[in-house]
Amino acid sequence: MSPLRRRLLFGIPLAVAVVGGGGFYTILRRMQDDDYDPHALPSPLLGKRPPAFNLPGVDGIQGFSNTDLLAPPKPMLVNWFASWCLPCLQEAPMLLQLAQMGLDIWGIAYEDPPAQLAAFLQTNGNPYKRLAADASGLTAINWGVYGVPETYLIDRNGIVRWRYPGALTGDVVNNKLTPLFQKYS
Amino acid sequence: MIPELGHFALALAVAMAFAQGVIGIFAPGLRDARTMRAAPALAISQFLAIGASFLALIWSGVVSDFTVKNVADFSSSRVPLLYRISGTWGNHDGSMLLWCFILSLCGGTVAAFGGGLPASLRARVLGVLGLISGGFLLFTLTVSDPFVRLWPPPLQGAGVNPILQDPGLAFHPPVLYTGYVGFSVAFAFAIAALIEGRVDAAWGRWVRPWALLSWCFLTAGISLGSWWSYYTLGWGGYWFWDPVENAALLPWITGTALLHCATVVEKREALKAWTVLLAIATFSLSLSGTFLVRSGILNSVHSFAAAPNQGLFILGLLVITIGGSLLLFAVRAPALAANGIYAPLSRESALVLNNVFLCAIAAVVFTGTMYPPFVDLLFGIQLSVGAPFFNQTVLPLAAPIILAMAVGPLLPWKRAALGPALAQLWLAFGVALLVFLVVAANRHIIAALGLMGGTWVVLSALTDIAQRVRLFRVSPRSSGARFMLLPRAALGATLGHIGFGVTVLGIAGMTLATQQVIVLKPGQSTQLGGYTWTLDGVHSAPGPNYTQRVADITLSEHGHNFLTLHPSRRFFAAQGVVTNDAAIHTNGFQDLYAVFADEPKSGGAELRLSRHPLAPEIWFGGLIMAFGGAVSLSDRRLRVGAPARKKPAGAVA
Repeated sequence: MSPLRRRLLFGIPLAVAVVGGGGFYTILRRMQDDDYDPHALPSPLLGKRPPAFNLPGVDGIQGFSNTDLLAPPKPMLVNWFASWCLPCLQEAPMLLQLAQMGLDIWGIAYEDPPAQLAAFLQTNGNPYKRLAADASGLTAINWGVYGVPETYLIDRNGIVRWRYPGALTGDVVNNKLTPLFQKYS
Repeated sequence: MIPELGHFALALAVAMAFAQGVIGIFAPGLRDARTMRAAPALAISQFLAIGASFLALIWSGVVSDFTVKNVADFSSSRVPLLYRISGTWGNHDGSMLLWCFILSLCGGTVAAFGGGLPASLRARVLGVLGLISGGFLLFTLTVSDPFVRLWPPPLQGAGVNPILQDPGLAFHPPVLYTGYVGFSVAFAFAIAALIEGRVDAAWGRWVRPWALLSWCFLTAGISLGSWWSYYTLGWGGYWFWDPVENAALLPWITGTALLHCATVVEKREALKAWTVLLAIATFSLSLSGTFLVRSGILNSVHSFAAAPNQGLFILGLLVITIGGSLLLFAVRAPALAANGIYAPLSRESALVLNNVFLCAIAAVVFTGTMYPPFVDLLFGIQLSVGAPFFNQTVLPLAAPIILAMAVGPLLPWKRAALGPALAQLWLAFGVALLVFLVVAANRHIIAALGLMGGTWVVLSALTDIAQRVRLFRVSPRSSGARFMLLPRAALGATLGHIGFGVTVLGIAGMTLATQQVIVLKPGQSTQLGGYTWTLDGVHSAPGPNYTQRVADITLSEHGHNFLTLHPSRRFFAAQGVVTNDAAIHTNGFQDLYAVFADEPKSGGAELRLSRHPLAPEIWFGGLIMAFGGAVSLSDRRLRVGAPARKKPAGAVA
C-alpha cells in the first residue's frame, strides 16, 4: 500500500466521526429551535377522518359517533381523557379556558367508570359540549391513541389536522393550536 | 453545610483535573522528573475530592436533606435506605457525578499502582484521563449541578421512581458505568502511545488488564440490566434492541475485539494500529452512547430528561475527545508498523477473523441505532428500526464467530494446520449435530441452530481444557495437577468462551418459550407447558412504601401440586404508579413466569403466564464470562507486572 493511501485509510475513522458529529449538531440545533422532535409519534389519523364508532354519552351529556364529526360548523377539538390520569387533571383548567373562549371541545372518556368521571367533572368543571364514554377502550385503539390525554384538531371537512399527545399547555396552545385554528377556520 | 462542602470539593476537582491534564501531557516533553511526578499526586487528590463530593451527595440523600434540589426531586424519606442511596445516581445530575467519580477512580488506580510504567507514559496516560475528567466535571459543575439548593425546602421529596426501586437496578448503573468508564484507561494508553509514537509488546501487556477489567464490569452490567428488564418490566423479554441497550452493547462488542487483538500485540507485535483504533473506538462508543441517550436524540424507554443546551455542551466535549483522538490517530498511526509476520492459518489469523466479524456486528448495530434520527434529518421520514432488523442481521454474522471461536483457541501462534485442531473437535461436533437433529425433528429450526451453536462452543472449550490436562491419558491426579498449573489467562479465556456458549444456549432456548395471556376467576385453571395453572385467589398485602394486590397461583403436574407463585401489582401512591412484580420460579434450566397484569372489573385476574426453557442460562452465561475475565486477570504475568521495555524499536519522530 502506498504511503498516501495508507494515510487516507487511517483518516476514514475521523471522517466518519466528523459526519456523525455534524449530523448530531444539526439535530440538536433543530431541537433547540423546536423544529424537530425525535419523540414525536406520528398519528395514522392525520389527513383522514376518524374511523367508525358510536359511543354513548355519560353524566347526562349526549354522546357522539363518527358521523357527528363529518362536517362541524367550525374547527373543533376532540379530547381524550380519563379521571384517573394526572396530566388530564393538570390540563383541565386549560380546556375550560379554551371552552370559555368559544372553542368546541368534545370529550371521550377512556376506560373510566361513570361515577368517578362524574366526580372528576364536578371538581374540575366541564369543558365538553358532548361527552362520550369509551368504556372498552376499543375506539381508542382504532384512533391510534397513544395515551391520555390526547387532543385532535378536526377541520370543517371532518378531517384530522393535528394531534397532540400529552397535556395542552399555554405554550402549545399559543405556538401550535392557535395558528392551526386560524388556518383551518 | 455538607452539600456545600460537596459542591466545593467538586469545584476543587475541576481545577485539579485540568492541572493533571496539562502537567501530564506536557511535562514529559520538558523531561522534568519532578513535574512529571505531580501528575499521579494530582490524580489521587482529584479522586479524593470527587469521592468527598460524591459522599456528600449520598449523605444528603440518606438524611433526606430536601434543601438539595436533586434529593427533593428524586428521593423521599419514605423509601428504604438502599433506594435513598441509589436514588442519588438514578437521575441525570447525580449519575454524572457517579460517572466522574468512577473516572477519577480509574485515574487514581493508574497513579497508585502504575509504578511499573515508564514515568513519561504514566504521566501522559494520567494527562489524557485528567483532560477527559476536567471536561466532564466542568459539565457537571456548570449545567448539571447535583448540589443546586432549594429554599424553602419541601416537607417531602417527590420520591424515587418506583421502577428504579429494585436491588438489581440499584447496582446496575455503578457496575455498567465502571465498565464504560474503565475503557477510558485503554483509551488514554492508546493516546499516550500515539503521542510517544510507540506501540510494543509491553504496551499490549499494560493495556490488556485494563481492557479486561472494564470488559468484566460491562459484561456484568449488561447482564444485570437485561435480567432486571426480564423480571420487572413484566413482559418476559430480556433484550429489546432499545437504543440504550445498543449503546451498552456496542462498546462491549468492540471491547471484546480489543481484548482479542491486544493479545496479538502482546504476543506477536502485530495489529498495532488496529488495536489502538479499537481502544479509541471502544471508549468513544461508550462516551457517545452514554451521552447521546441523555441528549434526547435517540428515542428510548430509558429517559434522562436533559435540556438541549446540555446536549450541545456534551457534543462539544465529544467532538474534542473523539475528534481529537481520531485526528491524532490519522496523523500518527500510519507510522506504526507491524514487526511480527504470520501465516494465513494461525492463531493470529483466527483473531483477525474474530475482529472482522465482531466489527461487522458493531457496524450493523451502530447503523440500525443511528439510522432513524439521520433518515429523519435528511429525508424527513420518521421510522423506527426494531428487533426484526437486528435479529435478522446480527444472527447471521454471529454464526461464523460461533463456528470459528471453537477452533481458534486450538490453533498455535505463527503457523498452524487446521487438520489436528479439527481432529480434536469431532466429539463436540458430533454431540452438537445430535442436538440439532433432535430439536430440528420438532420443527424448531432456529432453536435447533442456536442450541447446536451453543453446544459446539461449550463442548469444544471443554475439549480444549481436557486436552491441556491430558484427561484420561494420564492418571486423574496428574490431570488435576496439570489443571492447577494451567496459565490463568488460558483458563479465563476458555471460561469466557464457555460463558458465551451458555448465553447462546439460553437465547436459543428462549425461542421455544410458550406464553398465554388469560383472565382467570378464582378457582379456574388453564394448561400451559405441560402444567395446570390454577388461580386460587387474589388478596391485598402491605408493602414498605406501596400497597399491593397479590394473585396466588398453584401449579400442578399430573394432579400433584408442586409450586405456588405470587405475582403482584404494586401501587405506589406517592407517584400514582402501578408496577407489575413478576413471580418467577427457576430450577436452573427453565423459568416458570407469571405476571399479574390487571384486575378486571368483572373479577378475577388477568394473568400473563409463560414457560421459558433455558432462560436462566442467558444471565448465567454472562456471569461465567465475567468470572472468566476475572480469572484471566489473576494471571501471574499480570500480577507480577509487565517486564521492562526492550530498547526502543520502531520509534517515530
